[in-house]
Amino acid sequence: MRQSLWRGFCVTSRLFSNHRVYGCSLQPVGQNYWITALPTLLIWTTLFVLTDKMASMLMNSLRCCPPVNPAWAVQYATRSLSTSVQLHAQVQTKSKKTLAKPGVKNIVLVEGVRTPFLLSGTTYADLMPHDLARAALQGLLHKTSLPKDAVDYIIYGTVIQEVKTSNVAREASLGAGFSDKIPSHTVTMACISSNVAMTTGVGLITAGQCDTIVAGGVEFMSDVPIRHSRKMRKTMLALNRAKTLGQRLSLIGSIRMAHLTPELPAVAEFSTAETMGHSADRLAAAFGVTRLEQDEFALRSHTLAKQAQDAGLLSDVISFKVPGRDTVAKDNGIRPSSMEQLAKLKPAFIKPHGTVTAANSSFLTDGASAVLIMSEEKALAMGYKPKAYLRDFVFVSQDPKDQLLLGPAYGTPKVLARAGLTMDDIDVFEFHEAFAGQIMANLKALDSDWFAQTYMGRKAKVGAPAMEKFNLWGGSLSLGHPFGATGCRLVTTVAHRLLKEGGQYGLVAACAAGGQGHAMVIEAYPQ
Amino acid sequence: IYIYIYIYIYIFSVDDCLPALWFDLKTLTRVYILSICTARTHVNYEVKEDVAVIRMNDPTSKVNTLSVQMQNEMIEVFNEVLANDAVQSAVLISSKPGCFIAGADINMIQACNTSEEVTKLSQEGQKMFARIEKSPKPIVAAINGPCLGGGLEFAIACQYRVATKSKKTVLGTPEVMLGLLPGAGGTQRLPKMVGIPGAFDMMLTGRNIRADKAKKMGLVHQLVDPLGPGLKSPEERTIEYLEEVAIQCAKGIVNKKISLTKEKGMMQKVQDYVMGIEFVRQQIYKTVTAKVMKMSKGLYPAPLKIIESVKAGLEQGPDSGYLAEAQNFGKLAMTSESNALIGLYHGQVACKKNRFGVPERPVKNLAILGAGLMGAGIAQVTVDKGIHTVLKDTTVEGLSRGQQQVYKGLNDKTKKKTITSFERDFTLASLTGQLDYSGFEKADMVIEAVFEDLNIKHRVIKEVEAVIPPHCIFATNTSALPIKDIAAASIRPEKVIGMHYFSPVDKMQLLEIITTDKTSKDTTASAVAVGLKQGKVIIVVGDGPGFYTTRCLAPMLAEAVRLLQEGVDPKKLDALTTGFGFPVGAATLADEVGIDVAAHVAEDLGKAFGSRFGGGNVEVLKTMVEKGFKGRKSGKGCYVYTPGLKSKDVNPDIEDVLEKYKLTPNPLVSSDSDVQYRLVSRFVNEAVMCLQEGILNGPVEGDIGAVFGLGFPPCLGGPFRFVDTFGANKLVEKMKRYEEVYGNHFTPCQLLLDHAKDSSKRFHK
Repeated sequence: MRQSLWRGFCVTSRLFSNHRVYGCSLQPVGQNYWITALPTLLIWTTLFVLTDKMASMLMNSLRCCPPVNPAWAVQYATRSLSTSVQLHAQVQTKSKKTLAKPGVKNIVLVEGVRTPFLLSGTTYADLMPHDLARAALQGLLHKTSLPKDAVDYIIYGTVIQEVKTSNVAREASLGAGFSDKIPSHTVTMACISSNVAMTTGVGLITAGQCDTIVAGGVEFMSDVPIRHSRKMRKTMLALNRAKTLGQRLSLIGSIRMAHLTPELPAVAEFSTAETMGHSADRLAAAFGVTRLEQDEFALRSHTLAKQAQDAGLLSDVISFKVPGRDTVAKDNGIRPSSMEQLAKLKPAFIKPHGTVTAANSSFLTDGASAVLIMSEEKALAMGYKPKAYLRDFVFVSQDPKDQLLLGPAYGTPKVLARAGLTMDDIDVFEFHEAFAGQIMANLKALDSDWFAQTYMGRKAKVGAPAMEKFNLWGGSLSLGHPFGATGCRLVTTVAHRLLKEGGQYGLVAACAAGGQGHAMVIEAYPQ
Repeated sequence: IYIYIYIYIYIFSVDDCLPALWFDLKTLTRVYILSICTARTHVNYEVKEDVAVIRMNDPTSKVNTLSVQMQNEMIEVFNEVLANDAVQSAVLISSKPGCFIAGADINMIQACNTSEEVTKLSQEGQKMFARIEKSPKPIVAAINGPCLGGGLEFAIACQYRVATKSKKTVLGTPEVMLGLLPGAGGTQRLPKMVGIPGAFDMMLTGRNIRADKAKKMGLVHQLVDPLGPGLKSPEERTIEYLEEVAIQCAKGIVNKKISLTKEKGMMQKVQDYVMGIEFVRQQIYKTVTAKVMKMSKGLYPAPLKIIESVKAGLEQGPDSGYLAEAQNFGKLAMTSESNALIGLYHGQVACKKNRFGVPERPVKNLAILGAGLMGAGIAQVTVDKGIHTVLKDTTVEGLSRGQQQVYKGLNDKTKKKTITSFERDFTLASLTGQLDYSGFEKADMVIEAVFEDLNIKHRVIKEVEAVIPPHCIFATNTSALPIKDIAAASIRPEKVIGMHYFSPVDKMQLLEIITTDKTSKDTTASAVAVGLKQGKVIIVVGDGPGFYTTRCLAPMLAEAVRLLQEGVDPKKLDALTTGFGFPVGAATLADEVGIDVAAHVAEDLGKAFGSRFGGGNVEVLKTMVEKGFKGRKSGKGCYVYTPGLKSKDVNPDIEDVLEKYKLTPNPLVSSDSDVQYRLVSRFVNEAVMCLQEGILNGPVEGDIGAVFGLGFPPCLGGPFRFVDTFGANKLVEKMKRYEEVYGNHFTPCQLLLDHAKDSSKRFHK
């Protein structure tokens, strides 16, 4: 989470190309159109189910997928056809038709947006955190044409809190023009804060409390609270209570040089006093990840991000007119370099033999994100066309010292087991890239029987994700990582990639300070 | 008895990793045969690209030591590496997880009969390390785990050192604790490497230095972090990683990317300049010698010889230096002090084993009754060992004081950075403070540390037995009350045992466990297991008034009171006792123990053992208690204690008391030396009597108990080794002389007489 500041210094002079907004914005589809379109869609899908099912049954008969009787599929399809209120479109998967559960509401992602992620200290430098969050919320309102009073609850995630706006969700939603009747709260869980914001929303919908939730995350590293020392604070507080001039003078007189040393926000894990970069370097070494592998992965991330940016795939990015500055429409941390360039950097944390450098770590970033989450009925009733289903999710936690960043390795098998899926069922992977070394370590852990048996109590590994499905539009290393905002970016990216690439299931996984982690399965919404 | 003693210089650290090699004949034979028939067993190497990785592993022991076998194989391998043209550099590493080299093999030294033989051993070591130092191919020592004594000397002969930051990685020269000196070039290389003051500090204290400190001192060049779980076990992968980094370093040295001559900082330059002035060096030798003399009273030859050897090297050149080192090493190995200290070392290792086997169920929940100094102290050493600890007191005030004591103990460690504040909090989470007996139904062991009064103890045992489960052990922390008397109130005496801790519990290493005839073996095994977990050195003794430790101390204190009555000034008394080697003088000791406690014990034991325990008049102590002179805790005893002041003055008010009970000294037995032997002989005689009566299991435990619990002079090795070294006949002779004046206080016991009669009889073989 707390990466080297160097990166920020390195890339101050960056050319901003003309901004273009890619992709189409989603407008509520006419209710009539939707209803008439539905049966056609169902027929089409059902046919697809039948043909593809039979083929895959033959091909995958040796796989450990739950046996599905073709006759049942036919029956099911017939029933679907016969009921006009049937909302679930059935899409084929390799081992499971859909993750919809009887009696459990389907929850959908309607839209997801984010401000451009910028290196901290650049164009956003003079803002406040809630300004960024406001921009994301307004972007979401604009993109979805959501009425300002149609939301039941707003939840935001953030890590480094600005003390003036400690409930940043409330300040941002008021400032973004949402109705003041909408309650909002702020959550924190390090780098998976906005994941918690989303899953809190999912919980509220599942519990029947709400139907429409806006969740998001914000992080603003251009300004962080730097406090007076404890001694100084004590003196100042006592000064507040002092009654006489004499008392005040004696308190002022007690101030020494030592009082003036400021207290910076912790750069280290509280429980272990180790910085995250240091832990990442040890993790990489523990899994035998070489410097070369890390640099290659970092380069891949930047290259893919650049390609995605150029191809207009990052359609969740909204343009943002920064007061007093230019309009920002693109992430500014993407910098495809060369292996030679990367190899020149010295290790940033463990010197001189470490492997984690400023270039293969994610950099300090400012940014905010927001998503609109609804129950499927509500979304359809309001005329939205959802982008994806939010399905099973897990939170995991482990030793904050030696397994600080292994959240994805622990979360992935667990969430797959919950959903009854295998690694092969996943078409789209979006893992949070804190450090290239951390990603490589997690991939190696997922691919190790020994690790699965020794540390996870599993019989065997689940295997590593196929790289051709993995973080294809870049990741935190290249796009940037505003701690509190990354989770929504991951989920939105999975939804967009599923739409673009035509897959069925996507998996989000992320690690977080404190030795915690998160994983979520996302199912494509039938188009 | 709450005894406050720090064995100041000779704190024996809890190192089970120092060489303690008990070769049995079988393994020796096997090693011998193996070494003839097959390839090397202790040292091997493989060539990775152009780096030879030399791996050490002593298959016969948990730790690597520089045994004859190890040295021979090392020389062989070294020759091969030098001769191999494909090799440009080498890495020296141990393939034993968690141990580099724990030292030279003590047995190798003890097998020698003359100082010349030992000198020769030292010179062989010096020769080998000189070759390493001059090696044209750079050698990188990759250190994980203890790197002590000969191991450190080996490492500093190498061109470069890389160490892991593991808590197990410690560097040091503990030879001084065994009455020896670093005899393989250590006294010559260390001053050049870490500077004269740093080298003296290391060699004279023998303390362990952690890797990060070693880096700051310039003792190691690079640090490697220990790794967590990966694709292999953390230990295995950490060694692999260390090896990888060391290989990189070796290559770096060869291709000149790493320079062996470090750029000196300004401070370093200034320091070097200052140390270059002969006058300054002379001053340093003088100051260090004076400090050593003050602390050791000249009773320990090793520190002086270390200074001598360093001086010889710096002032007269390396040839004289190495020669002085080897010769001094030879001399020291033949001294009785070294013999005594090595004996204590072996004894300590033996007392860190559970000879009663593995208990049926491990203690996971421990309850302590009484949150006083002792109770809280016991809690402090237990709670950080993964045992859930309940601390119970009867009042909120008492409990809060106790909880604060535990907190402070842990917080001090945080301040010293041995643990993090998080580890402190995490540890404290296992401590529950309470006023009632809730949760006692889960207790596996209860240790009571309530007031020393039989009636109170009886009440407590009955209360506790009503709430604890059947398997729960009841341990009583008492210094003098016989355990069988306490157990009389128990409905299950087989579960009752005595655990006598020494104050301050977190500093004093000894634990005296007392068993009655009824105590079951499993109960004993369990108590010892808990004690070992708490990091204690344990002696298990039989039941009886005063057990072993208190019983030995009582006659000595009685004698001290008599000496005060005879007009010996408390300061003089202290000087005489510390001059004999006790870390704390007799008068100060009485103050630390508490005059009230001393009076109490003297009276109790006096009743139990009769006039033999007489000497000083108990009324002296009683009068002092009446006047409020209870020792340090009340601010006044033999001395006056002013908070914040280290120096103390004799309490002027005790003169009246002593005047009242004044005795006339007999000039025949009142010389300084006689005063010392009067004190010591009563102590020693009582110790021997405890062995004779079967209170003690053997002389080893007797020596360990006396040194670690009561501060018996470590240079004498304990009362039993003292008898062996001094001669039982000479001691008996002295005692008979005192007996004529004072009667049965000095009557030697039968066992001592037997030893006096037959000089071939010895307590230690």
